[in-house]
Amino acid sequence: MPSNHLNRRGFVATGLAGLALTALPLPAFAQTEAEAKALVVSVVDDINRVIASGKSEKAMIRDFEKIFVQYADVPIMARYVLGADARSASPSQLKQFTNAFQGYIANKYGRRFREFIGGQVTVRNARKIKAGYEVRTSVKLQGSSPFEVTFLVSDKSGRDKFFNMFIEGVNMLLTERTEVGAMLDARGGDLNRLIKDMKQNRLS
Amino acid sequence: MSSRLRLKHLIILSVMTVLSACASQPADQAARGEVFDPYENANRGIHKFNLGVDRFLFRPASKGYVKIVPDPMVTSFNHFAENISLPGQAVDYLLQGNPKQMGNALLRFVINMTVGGIGLSDPASELNLPPVDTDFGETLHVWGFGEGAYVELPFYGPSTTRDAVGVVVNLFSNPINFTPTRPADNLGVYAEVVRRMGDRGRFSDTVDSILYESADSYAQARTIYLQNRRFELARDDEDAYLGLYDDPYAETGTDPVRDPYLDPYEDPYAE
Repeated sequence: MPSNHLNRRGFVATGLAGLALTALPLPAFAQTEAEAKALVVSVVDDINRVIASGKSEKAMIRDFEKIFVQYADVPIMARYVLGADARSASPSQLKQFTNAFQGYIANKYGRRFREFIGGQVTVRNARKIKAGYEVRTSVKLQGSSPFEVTFLVSDKSGRDKFFNMFIEGVNMLLTERTEVGAMLDARGGDLNRLIKDMKQNRLS
Repeated sequence: MSSRLRLKHLIILSVMTVLSACASQPADQAARGEVFDPYENANRGIHKFNLGVDRFLFRPASKGYVKIVPDPMVTSFNHFAENISLPGQAVDYLLQGNPKQMGNALLRFVINMTVGGIGLSDPASELNLPPVDTDFGETLHVWGFGEGAYVELPFYGPSTTRDAVGVVVNLFSNPINFTPTRPADNLGVYAEVVRRMGDRGRFSDTVDSILYESADSYAQARTIYLQNRRFELARDDEDAYLGLYDDPYAETGTDPVRDPYLDPYEDPYAE
């Protein structure tokens, strides 16, 4: 009987989905200030571990990309950075851009890891804001006064992820939107060309 | 004495003239935090000039400076420049009607000048005294002047019409410049140049990536300066501070009502 068959399939699917949910490392849709803070502490710890590993720059950048994908809501970030161009992009272009974007970010920020050697990050406090949670940290690099780095965390992707970062008020997403807009302009608005250049690290 | 008084009047008069003569941004655009850059063509010309100055003069000099001079000494000179600016900052806090921070600035100055050996070290920070950081641009902000237009100043870099007035006024407003015995005229300005060289040299990778590796270094410098400046000035104003946050989940349209082009069932996580 077809209906019986459907029911059984539905049952199996539901069971599998339940299994997948329990396998998630962080509880979905149950975000608190403490969890937002814990997320940022994990990001900082993982980055520190990579910097201390003494690997080659290339290997470190690969590790930074993994950390970025694990802890950040990369699809929403890539979408925001594309701005109005995200609306005219096809789903496959968006997917490819998201992929190229994560490599671009890991490479751009990862190459400057040397400035962070011997630095200290103190995760200070977390609080609820309109768009999610704000987690403030204080970064002390050698020979300069401490500066503020703020992470914005949300569970709107289904899991706790950070979706923006501010260094002394400088909004990473907004700054990258300006930059990606300029890169697109330089390529006559050709998103495919930008994706290709980003993947091959042929920018500016 | 009378000439100095006249100079002061001249400064106030020119401040008012410059600020009122500038093009002003429509209020709704200012409220959305948009960039107001009516002089973009002229600014881009100056940006090109500044890039040349950096490439051939400031960058090599700064890299040489941090290479030759030992790191602790670079830090000491930074402290010195910072410390010598404190009496001027105290004046600005006074003008802002903030006697508490004025006291903190003076206390820091006295401690660093004595215990810190003419300001070459920073014991005030080790004592966890509250940080101070202000300028005449902030004073104008407190007095209710708006940001004005974005301008890039030759040799100095990104600024706004309001902050540019602040930069000029601060050249003269530090009481150190009027003490009867001073080691050199404009000591604060030279110290500031040395401090900037230290920062340029130390963070050369970051600065290079903005100035020489971005697709549009003018637009990058502009957005970074404005964001950082607005953040500094919003520090004590909760509404302004939260206004700096935007919500990409709202803006890029996970909300189908806001964004009619978005398929609400599309899963960005689907492979």
